[in-house]
Amino acid sequence: MKVRVDCDRCQGHSRCYSLAPELFDSDELGYSKERGDGTVPPELEAKARLAEANCPERAIEIEE
Amino acid sequence: MSTPVKDWATDYDIFDPGYVANPFGVWDELRQKCPVAHTDRWGGSWLPTRYEDVFAIARDVERFSSTEITVAPTLDADDEYAAVKSPPISSDPPEHTWARRLILPLFSPKAVERFEPTTRQFCRALIDRFINSGRADAAVDYAQQIPVRVIANMLGIDETMSDTFTYWVRGVLELGLTDPELRRRCRLEALQFLMQQVAARKSEPKDDLISYLLSQQVDGQPVSDAHVLGTCGLLLVAGIDTTWSSIGSALWHLATHPEDRRRLAAEPGLLRTAMEEFLRAYSPVTMARIVSGDTEFQGTRMCAGERVLMSFPSANRDPAVFPDADKVLIDREQNRHIAFGVGIHRCAGSNLARMEMRVALEEWLARIPEFRLENAAAVTWAGGQVRGPRMLPVVFP
Repeated sequence: MKVRVDCDRCQGHSRCYSLAPELFDSDELGYSKERGDGTVPPELEAKARLAEANCPERAIEIEE
Repeated sequence: MSTPVKDWATDYDIFDPGYVANPFGVWDELRQKCPVAHTDRWGGSWLPTRYEDVFAIARDVERFSSTEITVAPTLDADDEYAAVKSPPISSDPPEHTWARRLILPLFSPKAVERFEPTTRQFCRALIDRFINSGRADAAVDYAQQIPVRVIANMLGIDETMSDTFTYWVRGVLELGLTDPELRRRCRLEALQFLMQQVAARKSEPKDDLISYLLSQQVDGQPVSDAHVLGTCGLLLVAGIDTTWSSIGSALWHLATHPEDRRRLAAEPGLLRTAMEEFLRAYSPVTMARIVSGDTEFQGTRMCAGERVLMSFPSANRDPAVFPDADKVLIDREQNRHIAFGVGIHRCAGSNLARMEMRVALEEWLARIPEFRLENAAAVTWAGGQVRGPRMLPVVFP
């Protein structure tokens, strides 16, 4: 599984960063970005889905 | 006093006392029957109530402008601060883009961590004042006192100004929306005070937000005093009774739902999830937009200059998006609520507000895990632009 933040949609709500800081980082303006190449270790897949389901801007994409 | 509402779809009254205390039934009915209600009251406005519609309007900044954001029209100021707006909340692109970029670094999740220790100290000191008496007004003595101290601290102003700030903010955003003269006076006094602070920081910079704004440049030019002043005024007005209302509503819920209170006290790890549910179910803020040009929205003709109220509180109770939308489920894991808005005007202070709310609830629950309303009839609510409890007497034997 991979996650990606669509930076055109992200408005910096920081829900993903709060729910899954292992997978998302927050820049100096508070916008989110996936860590590294977005690869999600199996034990964090549930957290990735939670982040996707809580983003108010629908800015998180999951690839499987 | 205004006349009673006969038909909420065509004649709603956002300041009706019954609606302010309990708006949920009205929203449920409007969402089903007439998703975009209208009224001629308070200058006239449209009221979309479904999540999908509020979401669409918030993101459509071309058709729906932020030139006015209050839920009722306000008098144009004719004083020396007439030209002072509240950027970036009152701006459209392109000004919005740089005005927002200017303040975002101050409110990122990492930046607000810096204010957590002082926020915790403020909360503890407030609880110290009343813990031995076995009772408190959780709104007046606690919720109301926290954000004003945090914002004053960020502006480099000491907490002796707290009561005055609170008076000004209520005058601008709450009581002043139905009392234009009070609003005019409070706005003027607040801006005069902040202008003195801006002048003082210019001659003697400090490690605070006013000095930071004064040190910034946009396109090689310093930011104007009027812009700095407007942004400081915005922080004061937007950062205080919104967060105070959220903390108050959460404490009201916990005072009236002992099973949730006991579960949260026993499972502190659940607090972040519960907080998002309180933000969804008791969203404090409704923001307005002005229709840019004649347009049609969901089959409704809207004319240029008309006001549209984005009821984030109603959107967040829409059963089309939230299963059991009318139930407060403190372990609700999927919660795409829009209490802080959506799109380019997402509340810039949302990370700060969440930190304050979390710390306020952690500190309260750690020391006062058992409490209940002293007298349910004594609880009062404010509404309109910002909904939350204003009197909330509780006892903790």
